[in-house]
Amino acid sequence: MSERPAALDVSVLPAHAFGSRGLAWWATVGFIVIEAGMFAMVIASLFYLHGEEAQWPPAPFAPPELLWGTVNTAILLLSAWPNHEMRLAAERLDLAGVRRWILVADAFSVAFLAVRWLELGDLNVRWDSNAYGSVVWVLIGFHTFHLLTDAIESMVLTAMVLGSPGPRRYVDVSENGIYWYFVVVVWIPIYAVVYLLPRWW
Amino acid sequence: MSGDARAPALPGEEEERARLERALDPGPGLRGWLRSVSHRDVGRRYVATAFVFFALAGAAAAAMRAQLLFADNDWIGPDLYNQLFTMHGTTMMFLFAVPVMEGLAVYLVPLMLGTRNVAFPRLNAFGYYTFALAGIVLWTAFALDVGPDTGWFSYPPLAGPEFSPGKRVDFWAQLVTLTEVAALVAAVEIVATTFRQRAPGMSLDRIPLFVWAMLVTSFMVVFAMPAVMLASTYLALDRLVGTHFFNPVEGGEALLYQHLFWFFGHPEVYIIFVPALGIVSSIVSAFARRPVFGYPAMVLSLIATGFVSFGLWVHHMFATGLPELGESFFTAASLLIALPTGVQIFCWIATLWTGRLVFATPLLYVIGFVATFVLGGLTGVLQASVPIDTQVHDTFFVVAHLHYTLVGGAVFPLLGGIHFWFPKLTGRMASERLGKLGFALVFAGFHLTFFPMHQLGLAGMPRRVYTYAPDSGFEPLNQLAGAGAAVLALGVLVFAGNLLWSARRGRVAGPDPWGAETLEWSAPSPPPRYGFLHPPVVFGRDGLWEREAGSAVVTGLRSEPESGTYEVLLTNLVDARPELRADLPGPSIFPFLTAVSLVGTLVASVFTPWAPVFGGVPIFLSLLGWPVRTPPAPVVLREGEVPDVRPAPARAAP
Repeated sequence: MSERPAALDVSVLPAHAFGSRGLAWWATVGFIVIEAGMFAMVIASLFYLHGEEAQWPPAPFAPPELLWGTVNTAILLLSAWPNHEMRLAAERLDLAGVRRWILVADAFSVAFLAVRWLELGDLNVRWDSNAYGSVVWVLIGFHTFHLLTDAIESMVLTAMVLGSPGPRRYVDVSENGIYWYFVVVVWIPIYAVVYLLPRWW
Repeated sequence: MSGDARAPALPGEEEERARLERALDPGPGLRGWLRSVSHRDVGRRYVATAFVFFALAGAAAAAMRAQLLFADNDWIGPDLYNQLFTMHGTTMMFLFAVPVMEGLAVYLVPLMLGTRNVAFPRLNAFGYYTFALAGIVLWTAFALDVGPDTGWFSYPPLAGPEFSPGKRVDFWAQLVTLTEVAALVAAVEIVATTFRQRAPGMSLDRIPLFVWAMLVTSFMVVFAMPAVMLASTYLALDRLVGTHFFNPVEGGEALLYQHLFWFFGHPEVYIIFVPALGIVSSIVSAFARRPVFGYPAMVLSLIATGFVSFGLWVHHMFATGLPELGESFFTAASLLIALPTGVQIFCWIATLWTGRLVFATPLLYVIGFVATFVLGGLTGVLQASVPIDTQVHDTFFVVAHLHYTLVGGAVFPLLGGIHFWFPKLTGRMASERLGKLGFALVFAGFHLTFFPMHQLGLAGMPRRVYTYAPDSGFEPLNQLAGAGAAVLALGVLVFAGNLLWSARRGRVAGPDPWGAETLEWSAPSPPPRYGFLHPPVVFGRDGLWEREAGSAVVTGLRSEPESGTYEVLLTNLVDARPELRADLPGPSIFPFLTAVSLVGTLVASVFTPWAPVFGGVPIFLSLLGWPVRTPPAPVVLREGEVPDVRPAPARAAP
């Protein structure tokens, strides 16, 4: 064991990669899986409580108003478009494109947070009214928390890409886009159980 | 001096060593201590902190055993007794068993995989501080007579606002949430590190069994822990802001809590037990002097255990009156889980049977584990049957069973593992004589304490009651258990004293004192913060035992002390081909600040519902610091001093 070991020189390998070839993707996806599990369990507890009631929502409460929730669903689904363009620009390392689309995406996040405020006023139940109100508020509140933290994260990233970003920032923008997709996609079942279930089930 | 020293230096080696030292050097003093993000430092602290909580929870247990020595005893009143068993269970489960295994993994997994750090070093440090601070707050609350008193699972309605006014359960709920945050963070780390940072050549079928065990555990944590976070959050909301999740008067349902809790709670048992299986495999192969028999069967059993463990939770609720078909399903699953565990036990027996055994302390603990765990498993199979479970529910029979599985199944392997990896952790050997004495006392004390409890339970002694009547006939067996507890406590003291003494005075170990095969034994003891100067290349399943065929190392990873970063090699998921160089961040104070802000926010939320609003500000501000790559403290030279670029002093020098 005295000869010099053979050396595997890896200095020619790239230092940054998008998607699952990089490291950051694994943290993003890991936390998406954890949070998706949380959402799934809140929805499961909603159905559990639903199973105990003869009527949903329990009398005397009316279902949430459809207007703002539906408007927000449209805004969230539309926000996938600037988000997609933003990710494409990041993967092209196109700084001008990233700056343009991240600002559009930020505008969307301001819009859905504002509409969310209106939504909360139209739920027709308070969290301390009964168990139905509790689970609806936790579901919407938990989703709003995700919208808010993702909006803040995007704003911080915006400030970074408006400066002079290194290659790592492009990967960050792309990862943030994946998380954004999650926040949009997870809204669809929430919309269904909060707005549609009480009307058509 | 070290593992690297077996081979002559590669060109530029000393410069590279000095650069890595600087890139990972957190600086001096308390601030430096809080800044370190090396998996070596964080892992050691996890293990040490968890053992402090183990000692505290053990003291609580000793107090309860003393109280039960005599019928109608009044040394400890019912109120304090309730707090003691709650603190004992909560601490052992949330502050000891899970963190100690994850801490060991944080320390060992990167070394076993041949990489320099975990995938997200700052997140890792954040997880540690969150866990440690949560535990400190919980025990402080206990010291101030605000200790939780509704059992380690705190069922509503007992734990709800109506029957447990005051702040005790609030502290429990928020701190449980925090420990789960820490557990989840570590799980994501371990998955990412195992999937992407394996040494070139370490394909999936060459991963050490300990790492497989931690990988399976991490996936279980990811799917199980959110359930208990949700349960504790609902409970806190019911208590603090007036929601009605568990209030039947307003459409809530107390059983919902039990479902959420045990959806976590049963996998939890395996989250504690599966890492122990990994420890046992490491010890068995090292001391039988051969690879573990049946590697594919071992790996598949670990994965099967992970899956089936999610189909057991309702067996904790057989006494709640669920539909019979449901109970039958969970009975079947509870019987099924014995199979993969049985496969592993037979594989170990085959390994030991065909090996050349070295009866050192770690192997003794493994033998103690097999004997004890099989007994615990047998009473488990009994209780999978609904009629038997209903009969012994809430009696000391269950206390006996769960201690046979958890202490026998996890603590014995853990203590053996600590003896086994002690030379790696400290650079010195633990005393074998004291180690064997400690094992004998722990083993004898354990059985003397818990075996009589089977009979006490069958005779009808309920758990969680602070005393019993003189004519119940429970006194003699409780006194036997009390004597056993004293022997067990003495054994733990011998174990701890041995380690504390040996860490300073023990024989210097060298990199591979046991002649074991996994890659951590090729790093110096203790390893430097960067683990490997030149990460290894792997040619087979048995790491160092195949080195004779020739060895190779990875070169060309850069380190930039100027910006506090250094590179690790990423390899692809299945066959570990080199793919990318990824730079990891160096030391930072911000993970600590975020953990302080988060723990502070949840503790404040016990007193005001506005806490998350105000607490959000420091959490946000401290998070802003995370992407900052801080340069290390400048080297300040006094007059006439020359810059010190030598390698770290080799503590393992012969």
